[in-house]
This record gives sequence, structure tokens and C-alpha cells, in this order.
Amino acid sequence: MAAMMKSFLPTKFVVERDPARCINCKVCVNQCTFNVHYFDEDDGVVRSREENCVGCHRCVVFCPTNALTIRRNPLEYRANQNWQPEVIEDILKQAESGGMLLTGMGNDKGHKIYWDHLLLNASQVTNPSIDPLREPMELSTYIGRKPDKVEFGPGGEMLTELPPQVMLETPIMFAAMSYGAVSLNVQKSLARAARELGTLWNTGEGGLHPSLAEYAPNTIVQVASGRFGVHSEYLRAARIVEIKIGQGAKPGIGGHLPGEKVTSEVSQTRMIPVGTDALSPAPHHDIYSIEDLRQLIYAIKEATDYEKPVSVKIAAVHNAAAIASGMVRAGADMIVLDGLRGATGAAPKAIRDNVGIPIELALASVDTRLRQEGIRNLASLVVSGGLRSSGDVAKAIALGADAVYIGTAALIALGCHVCQQCHTGKCTWGICTSDPALTKRINPEIGAQRAVNLVRGWSLEIKDMLGGMGVNAIESLRGNRLHLRGVGLNDTELEILGVKSAGT
Amino acid sequence: MEIDARGITYKALNESLRQAMAHGASDIVVRNVNGQRYIGTNLQREVRLELHGTPGNDLGAFMDGPSIVVHGNVQDGTGNTMNSGSIVVHGHAGDALGLAARGGTILVQGGAGYRAGIHMKEYQGIGPRIVIGGMAQDFLGEYMAGGVLVVLGLSGISAGKIRARFVGTGMHGGAIFLRGTVESHQLGKEVGVAALTDEDVAVLAELVGEYCEHFGGSPSDIMAMDFVKLFPLYLRPYGRLYAY
Repeated sequence: MAAMMKSFLPTKFVVERDPARCINCKVCVNQCTFNVHYFDEDDGVVRSREENCVGCHRCVVFCPTNALTIRRNPLEYRANQNWQPEVIEDILKQAESGGMLLTGMGNDKGHKIYWDHLLLNASQVTNPSIDPLREPMELSTYIGRKPDKVEFGPGGEMLTELPPQVMLETPIMFAAMSYGAVSLNVQKSLARAARELGTLWNTGEGGLHPSLAEYAPNTIVQVASGRFGVHSEYLRAARIVEIKIGQGAKPGIGGHLPGEKVTSEVSQTRMIPVGTDALSPAPHHDIYSIEDLRQLIYAIKEATDYEKPVSVKIAAVHNAAAIASGMVRAGADMIVLDGLRGATGAAPKAIRDNVGIPIELALASVDTRLRQEGIRNLASLVVSGGLRSSGDVAKAIALGADAVYIGTAALIALGCHVCQQCHTGKCTWGICTSDPALTKRINPEIGAQRAVNLVRGWSLEIKDMLGGMGVNAIESLRGNRLHLRGVGLNDTELEILGVKSAGT
Repeated sequence: MEIDARGITYKALNESLRQAMAHGASDIVVRNVNGQRYIGTNLQREVRLELHGTPGNDLGAFMDGPSIVVHGNVQDGTGNTMNSGSIVVHGHAGDALGLAARGGTILVQGGAGYRAGIHMKEYQGIGPRIVIGGMAQDFLGEYMAGGVLVVLGLSGISAGKIRARFVGTGMHGGAIFLRGTVESHQLGKEVGVAALTDEDVAVLAELVGEYCEHFGGSPSDIMAMDFVKLFPLYLRPYGRLYAY
């Protein structure tokens, strides 16, 4: 056995406990799962092992007297733009472990957030704006393949048979987060919220737990490379079936659910041994070409009587436009692009931080290419990857999206503080854990309420923006790049996004 | 009831099978099958299909219930993500046989291609069973998480001598029974080799019996041959690749 190594990693966070406020009630001791707070029996006070703190704020929020706050450890390194503290600490961690560094959530590096450089129009003088309080604003969105043309008979009846369509009351859906990556209570919260809002939620690659079967009409099921939980009941129950080729947090590599999170219930739904790592291989081992993708798409259509749209999800990468064109021609009714800032329960940090492109650019180039090829109508375009607000959603639609998926934002609504420890399975908020003691911390009734509140709030804001622009339906904004202007963007970026500079 | 598949698309053929079933047919013979895909995919009942010819890819994909007998060879993806039912092939199979299968039985008289039994799963002892009478190629049982995979090597160019490489890479459940011997360089690092226990022999005997029932041959002759069992060494074969 190798000699014991002393860890050189400095403490990341400092716990500040106000002694004037702390009443030693031990709520923080009970709430923390990272072994930070403890009650010192001899001295009769609560103390903290700061080296374990991950900055999740559970103790801060739950302290009844507001006695706690968390600060970044003010350990000062000599100023160095190249050798930043995080880089130094990653190297130390790797020197101590010899493995791939795992992390949770999405890319946190300072790549340009194009949403913050795009601004929306409003009507003034030449066009009147519309008051959403007086006039109805339509957000309903139809997901599915649209025919090239529609023919009517002599009596006005439609002769064209429409491919399957799914109506959303708002263009915001809940992104794929698998059972195992998040808890059943989280999925219950999102499923209930989706039903109440008239939108959809996505099972992710972990299968559909039987207790969620009642939400089937609002469920998108995923067929990922591991084929976890995929059987004909699953496919037939769903509203939409989604083939997951990749995701923004880890383009090109497969999924990974650490064995810590594979409890007996997760094991049952996924049909793998308890405690084993649930690995989804990098490619689907029956999809090695675009023709193979077409084969799987039609296998699913055959298995579901051609009654449901089939979606294909990829990470936003180089040549996304060409790939999307291929996917549409392969028979996909819905295309999902997941950008660089998409989150995950576990991914190698090196992949999360270095692979993929921002969703804004991918969206613009895919929408443009599909329009140029005259096939934009054949598939709905859905985007995701770090969308944070109604503004981001409206801009995504203006760039061409039919709808968006929100993942991180939905979890934040449930309490997530983006501490990036999802892969440990110790989430204090009870969100991305399988530990039954922790999963109880999410009450699905309240969780659903919070998620509904978030999407309802954003929907109202989008309606306000639409009225402000002088339109009364989201369809009028969709792909309408003239309603956007760019600030602080260079010519290439403006060209790719297809928007003019503010002031022109 | 008989259906002639000559010259019809897979969509039309599968639709007519569904119609026949909806009208109560439970035993259907299909002749002149020539590359039509996804046969047996959307028949959720225990019907019996007898196919003459060469079915196309994804025969029995996502299948739940039917028993399919094929008089001919099958192509890639046979039994893809199959849930229950059976597929019996009087011929050879292509690649990715039983990919991600969760239950049911596949018996192939002849050989199989690459990636046979990849990512098979099981839960509480209920899992898929695949028997290949001839040889199997590389990546046999890759990522296997459950079920039983048997290769008899009774026919094929190097009958009895296993030539497949990368066997069982990433295996973390289930068992593979191979007739003959295999060298360690042919196996994934996660794979252990052992002699069969009495329990294993019973499982194997049952499968060999079923194989012979369909394809002939003497079960006792086959059981007298040398078999090895491949099993996963680790529950978490990739656990040490990651730092938390």
C-alpha cells in the first residue's frame, strides 16, 4: 500500500458564525451532509469543520437566528492570470487521486454569454404596443413535424394528414434529469408542475418510475445509449420519445451515474445491480452512422404506431448545423440542442469545461441552415443549456427556437444553490441524491408549486415583452431576428447570430 | 394465417401484421421476407410469427411477448432492447444481437456477428438469455449488466476455438458461458474466468436443452464438452477512473 499522502488542498469556504446570534440549536448540525457543523459536547457549543464546506448554504437558510454566513476563504495567492487558484487546486486534487476529476452542474467559466449581448425590441410610435392586460397573448406552441403544405377540401375540411403534434401552453419545458441523478421527489415535483402548466417534463436516461405513470401525458421519455428503463410500455405511455445522442455538459461521452447513487429503487428502474456505476456508453452501440440513427428513429415510430413525435437530442458542437440537417432528414420530428452551459449530475470536469459551444451560436446557425435548405418545418427546434430568465427564453425564440428546456433553473427553483457537488450524492437540498433521509427534504407538493410559480412568472414576463413588441402571439417572435439587436459583439458574431448591431 | 411479404415495404408489412393480430390471428406465417425491418416490434401479445426469408435489421426491437421463429438468417440489431418473448433463428445472426435486452430468449443455430449481447440487463434474476450455436465475434457481452450469454462454437471456421477479442469489456453483471478455452488477452480487464458451478451447469443444461429442441443435436454430447464461465470481477469496473 502506498504511503499516506497529506492533502495540500486549502479550505475553499469559511463559515462565519455570529456568537451573539447562535443559540446552539443544532439545526445546522442536522442539516449539513458534508460533515461541517458539529456539537462540541465538552464546550457545549456548535463548531464547524470548514475544510468540508462546499458552499451549499443549507445551514445559512435554515438557521433560525440568521447566525451563519459563508465566505470564500480569503486565502490570497500571488496574483497570476495564468495559474488561478482553481487550476492550482485541480492539479493538487489530481496529484492526490490519479483519476478524472468529476464535477456537477454546468460550465462555470467566463465564456461569453450571448444572451447578455442581445436586446429585444419594443414598439414605439410607428407601431403601437399591445397591452397584455387588455388583450390575450398567445404563448401556445405546437411541437412536431409540420407538412410542407396544407390542402383543404371543398367544404373547408383539411385533407392533409398532420404528423403528430403536441401542444404546449407555454414554450418552456423541464429538461431531462434522470432518476438517480435527481431524486424521485424532484421528478414528481416537475411532473406535477408540467401537468398544471400544460407543458412537458423529461425523464432523462434513468427510466420512468411506476409512481410517475399517471403523468404520462405530460412526459417525454428518453432512450439513451444505456437504454435504461426502456421497454414498450415506457414508449407507449410517453407523449414524446427522445433519443439522446449527447448533452451539453459532456458532448461526445456517455452518461455516468456513480454507484453511490444506485440504490435498490434506482437499480430496479434501470435494471442493473445495486451499487454499480450506471454507465451509458458514448455512442448508442446500434447507431454508428446517420443511417443507423434513421433506423432507430423508425424503430421507435414502429413501436409507437407513428403516434408520437420522435425527438433527437445532441450537444451543441462544431458543425451543429450540418448535423441538425442530417437529423431532420433522418426523420426526427423534434431536435434538441444542448449548449456548453448545460448541467449534469456528474461529468469529468475536463470535458464539461472544454467541450461544446454556446447554445446561442448553435441555435442561430441551425435555424439559419434549416431555413436555407427549406426543411425548417420538418422538425421543432428546442434549445437548452443555462437559460436563466424569461429574457433568455424570449431571445432564444427570436433566434429561432420553438421551445426551450430548463434544467438548472428548475432545480434552483426547488432550492439548488449550484454548489456543484451533485456527483457526491450528498445534496443537502435533497435534490440530486438517492439517500432516502435526504430525498425527504423535497416535498413534491411544494416543489411543484415552486416550479409552477417560476414558469408562470416567466410566462407573464414573456407576454409583457410580446405586448411591448406589438405582437400578440409567440409565433410572431419565433425566428424573427429583426426583433433583436446586438451590443458588444463583433461582426462575425453578429453575422452568425443574424442580428444587427444596436443603433442600426 | 399466411402473409406474402414479397415486394412490400416494412411499414406495410408491419401494419398488416398488426391488423391480422387485431382480428384475432395468433399464429402467422410470413413468406418471402426480404430485408423488411422492425418485424415483431409492435405486437404486444403472445402471438407466434414464423418468418421465411431474411428479416431486416431490428427484428423484434422493443419486443414484448411474441415468439418469432425465423427460417433464414437475421441481420443487425435482432432483439434490440427486447423485453420478453423469444426469437429462434434457423440460420446466422448479424451484429448487436440482443443489444440492451432486458428479458426474453434468443436462440441462434449458427453464428453471430460483433457486439452480441452488448449491454444486456437484468433485475432480481429475471433477465435475457441468449444462445449462439456457432461462433461470436469481438465485443461479445460488452457492458453486460445481467442475463446469460452462451456461445457453443459448434460450427464456424474455427469451431470450438474462441477467436473473439475484447470479450466482456466493461462487464458488471450477468454471466457468459463459452465452450472451449479463451486467453486472458482476449478478455476485458474486468472479466474473470472460472469453472462452472453446479448451479451454472443447471442453467446451461436448460439452455442447451432448448437449443437442441429447436435445432437438433444431443444435449448430453454438448454438455460433455469443456465450458468456461466469464463473470464480472468488479461491481464498479470503472470506479477507480474517477476522482470525487
